[in-house]
Amino acid sequence: MQLKHATLLAALMAAGLAQAQSQPVIGLITKTETNPFFVKMKEGATEAAKAKGAKLLSGAGKADGDNAGQVTAMENMIAAGAKTILITPSDSKAIIPAIKKAQEKGVQVIALDSPTDPAEATDALFATDNYKAGVLIGQYAKAAMGGKPVKIATLDLFPGHPVGAQRHNGFLQGFGLQSFDAKNNELAKPAEVVCMADSFGDRAKGQTAMENCLQKNPDINLVYTINEPAAAGAFNALQKAGKDKGVMIVSVDGGCDGVKDVAAGKIAATSQQYPLKMASMGVEAGVEYAKSGKKVKAGYTDTGVTLIASKPVAGVDSKDTKVGMDLCWGKK
Amino acid sequence: MDTLKSKLPPIGQLGPFIALLIACVIFGLTTDRFFSGENFSLILQQVMVVGVIAIGQTLIILTAGIDLSCGMIMALGSIVMTKIAADLGLPAPVAILAGIGVTTLFGLLNGLLVTRVKLPPFIVTLGVFNIAFAITQLYSGSQTVTEVPALMTWLGGTFPLGGANVAYGTVLMILLYLGVWFWLRETPSGRHVYAVGNNPEATRLVGIPPERVILGVYALSGVFYGIASLLAVARTGVGDPNAGQTEALDAITAVVLGGTSLFGGRGVVLGSLIGAVVVGVLRNGLTLMGVSSVYQVLITGILVILAVTVDQLSRKGGR
Repeated sequence: MQLKHATLLAALMAAGLAQAQSQPVIGLITKTETNPFFVKMKEGATEAAKAKGAKLLSGAGKADGDNAGQVTAMENMIAAGAKTILITPSDSKAIIPAIKKAQEKGVQVIALDSPTDPAEATDALFATDNYKAGVLIGQYAKAAMGGKPVKIATLDLFPGHPVGAQRHNGFLQGFGLQSFDAKNNELAKPAEVVCMADSFGDRAKGQTAMENCLQKNPDINLVYTINEPAAAGAFNALQKAGKDKGVMIVSVDGGCDGVKDVAAGKIAATSQQYPLKMASMGVEAGVEYAKSGKKVKAGYTDTGVTLIASKPVAGVDSKDTKVGMDLCWGKK
Repeated sequence: MDTLKSKLPPIGQLGPFIALLIACVIFGLTTDRFFSGENFSLILQQVMVVGVIAIGQTLIILTAGIDLSCGMIMALGSIVMTKIAADLGLPAPVAILAGIGVTTLFGLLNGLLVTRVKLPPFIVTLGVFNIAFAITQLYSGSQTVTEVPALMTWLGGTFPLGGANVAYGTVLMILLYLGVWFWLRETPSGRHVYAVGNNPEATRLVGIPPERVILGVYALSGVFYGIASLLAVARTGVGDPNAGQTEALDAITAVVLGGTSLFGGRGVVLGSLIGAVVVGVLRNGLTLMGVSSVYQVLITGILVILAVTVDQLSRKGGR
């Protein structure tokens, strides 16, 4: 009797194992667990995996820049049988040896949101064109300023980050000022930029950066910010200085809080990116590889960027904040 | 000569003043907007959160302890007070007290683990750092709390004073510093903090249980972190779950630059205020000069090493 039970149990377990093996396992490694952008990306991946009958493992670094944490997550996922790993690299160069090891074991690695350096290290990249995101808000600002002379403050990310450089240089390019191309990770500084400060993409540090910029040059009338938390901090600083009416802030990201700030007139325009789309495309590619062994089309796929503005300007395509709210990420 | 020497503060306590003066002279010469009441009042606003955290940190370091969890406890407090007000609709004073209550409990938790379980403060506060961070993220859902009652941001408001705009929070910070300075210097319980840091065994022999003093210091630090939570909300206008990441190191930097000895028992709390202002001045002045923020980090690092070196040398010198 006992033996029969044991056999039955073993058979059940074997069946369960077989089913688990046929279910494709996909790993998602984000930069952090806490940034709403990555929270949304994980949500999107979880939903897509459920719909496609795949199993999603997720992991992250402890903080932005934690490469070792990402490597550990990657090793654990390979051990758990993941055949595709989606990763938003925290350190574009340091992660490459770990990616190479994974690929040698037949694992398909796709970068989401941020490229590796060189980008060819991953099988594919699904991401926002950050340079284009910058160009769009630059063009918007140019048209909205209507030929008025500008004094610009840029609240950047931190030194040496490619996404920070691409958005910054794209913004200047879009405004028609002297700038660098998308491949250059230096920050251009034409004469119109009177203050450059690092915000670390953080609200409190963005506020401090803006306050210090206003001390340097009280006549600043256009502010570029790396993301909307920094923009919210900048607005706070401008409001306290009584300058919120006369200064235009443009930003990049398109999170729900950011779109709300556009609707409220705190931010003039923002370039919205789409983490959900990156995630679902990644999961689809993973399921396809598990089923047919066919890898995703190599190279870069643009997941799109949309200019969100409450007041459209002539000659620049934009969507209103209602559209922005429908497509935003974070708490609505 | 001897009497004059004994009246002068030791070099370890003059160091931060000298660093501050040098920085001010350099920025004054290289930028035209540095020397203004407006700019100085702004710097004080920028350092008020770290400044108040540094009061708690100073007390703990005086007992030869250290607190790595202060920034995360501060972030938790600001999420608790803003969420209670926004979600439960409780009046702002109740929400503020609840936030300060939570940070005090976490301070008490640190103190109990240090004094009762006899764990090293570094390990205890490292663990609590992670716990406070996780609770902050779970409770807030990693979302910024934006609906904040006006009463919670009042301390971020300013009043004009001779061309400058002084924040109420800055005034509160300075009052707290003066209060703690007086307490440490003039009252028996304040002197006990130094005694415990200098020689816990001797303290016990004269009839003061060092554990009780240490427990009290950690709990009191929690109160200061709670006040810092309110200041952080007042300054940014939101409850930010991603705040607090760098505050522990910033506060320790302020304390060390302020001349308080990491070995316990020696230091003046007002020095920590100067230490916090030094860091704020560097950030402000270098932005005015148009220099990358990396140089601020570089200079801060050098100053920290110098400050500890001075402390070590003066200790060897038999002070």
